[in-house]
Amino acid sequence: MSVPGKWSPSVWVGTIMVGVFVVLGVFGPLIAPYAVGTRAMDLDHMYAPMSGAHWLGTDKSGVDTLSQLLHGARQALILSVIVVAISATLGVAIGMVAGYARGLVDDLIMRVVDVFLAFPGLLLNIAIVAVVARPGLPIFIVALCANGWVGYARVARGQVLTLRERDYVTAARALGASTPRILVRHIAPNLIAPLLVQMSLGFGNVIAAEASLSFLGLGPQIDHTWGAMLEQGTSFLWKPGFRHYAIAAGAAIAWVVLAANLLGDGLRDRLDPRQRGRA
Amino acid sequence: MLGVSVLVFLFLHVIPGDPVDHLAGGEATPEQREKIEKCMGLDGSMVSQFGRFAGHVVDGTLGHQCPDPEGKPSVAGLIAAVYPHTVALALAGLAFAIVMALPLGIYAALRRGTWFDTLAAIGALSGIAIPNMLLGPLLLLLFFVDLGWLPGPFETGGAAIILPAFAIGTHLMAMLARMTRSSMVEVLGEDYLRTARAKGLSERVVVWKHALRNAIMPVVTVAGLQFGSLLSGSIIIENIFARPGLGSLLLAAIRERNYPVVQGCVLVIAASYVLINIAVDVAYGLIDPRVRRA
Repeated sequence: MSVPGKWSPSVWVGTIMVGVFVVLGVFGPLIAPYAVGTRAMDLDHMYAPMSGAHWLGTDKSGVDTLSQLLHGARQALILSVIVVAISATLGVAIGMVAGYARGLVDDLIMRVVDVFLAFPGLLLNIAIVAVVARPGLPIFIVALCANGWVGYARVARGQVLTLRERDYVTAARALGASTPRILVRHIAPNLIAPLLVQMSLGFGNVIAAEASLSFLGLGPQIDHTWGAMLEQGTSFLWKPGFRHYAIAAGAAIAWVVLAANLLGDGLRDRLDPRQRGRA
Repeated sequence: MLGVSVLVFLFLHVIPGDPVDHLAGGEATPEQREKIEKCMGLDGSMVSQFGRFAGHVVDGTLGHQCPDPEGKPSVAGLIAAVYPHTVALALAGLAFAIVMALPLGIYAALRRGTWFDTLAAIGALSGIAIPNMLLGPLLLLLFFVDLGWLPGPFETGGAAIILPAFAIGTHLMAMLARMTRSSMVEVLGEDYLRTARAKGLSERVVVWKHALRNAIMPVVTVAGLQFGSLLSGSIIIENIFARPGLGSLLLAAIRERNYPVVQGCVLVIAASYVLINIAVDVAYGLIDPRVRRA
């Protein structure tokens, strides 16, 4: 339980964990001990166990597992930043319009939101990538953003509905400020706090969704994602002594999901005490 | 439901990529392409295509398998054959989650701040974070390969559902345990419980009758809403445990580029999700008299 006015331990732990992920995402490929990719294949060292030379062993192509994980961190960071940025921008814009316009526009937008909410997240992602023969990164991002924006739109709309009635907004309107100016200059800055919670949880969701889709063979067809590593790792999980490959990829995914949840929950505790402790 | 149907229809028609190309291959003759287009309902204007799609939804067939529908069951027939397996798996996952989460959450709330509470919190966070595509294979390795206690993949007997239910329900169990704990902590501080204790009621009656009934409302909400997610989660779990079901059917259809079946599976899972949400609303009324009167 957090003390009012202080950041809870979960924020600190979550921030440190997210920080580690970001640092590894930025510098991971630079500090990776070995190269990865087809040119790094070393058929003399396939399925090498954990050793001093290969801390986490090698895979079926003899490529160093730790190096793949570090390159995967870069992919995960890029993918999650792009998806969260697009989803948040789209969702906030739509939510702000719905909340500020109210009436028919709000009703129409919220019905569309309801339709998207009628799909469990993974199903919507699958439905989109399934139609494309080899889903590349752009389609994959579209698939993840397709339901990603909904949460942001709901949060933004809810906030705007309250904020639009505040005195300072009425004053801005009375002074002749245009609607876009009121939305951007006076309302948007007040959305940052609740959106931070949504965005931090969003990072974990993107990583988990990528892993799920890659595991099902519907991944973004880019090299060394953690999801693709997990998919490969579980296929030779049965090989005695090589469980660590899948466990390493799974642990990396769990790390980010856990970090995102701790940070998101902690921020929510601090920013909205009514929601404290709710899952 | 209309909106859901429209969105499912749009997936096939708006996303770049020609499903006929995927199904027919690059060397198909124009006649073969035309036949596939007609079978999949991709000929004619968008409006007429949607009309045919909606017609298949209304007549209950959900379309036909392409490219050769003759002699094959309709999409609805295929789905009906496997749907009970998926529902059974989702229900087993839900039962596992509730049975584990309620005592865990209640006990953690009653022992707030103790080592048990901390341990339960760590367990719940781990359950939320661990990907079920890793948990499933690890459970198989431990309980099927190493210990030999439980059946493994391709088995469909009663005991064969235990490991898949564990794998699919762990995430929900973790969420519900956290919800139950926080709800109970909130309710345990209410005045009416102090009154109940002052009346001389036993702690068991206070907790299980008075506190839990009020604390369980948000838990029911989350359990209900997440039940739909269990249906979509079955796509992964059925794949790991090689179980028949909607998820296995959907994945096989994706691999075979059998789009009418993909469309039908997506529609049925989404429709189930919507219906479950309505059922949750009804359940509110049964649990909370205040909602019934409202």
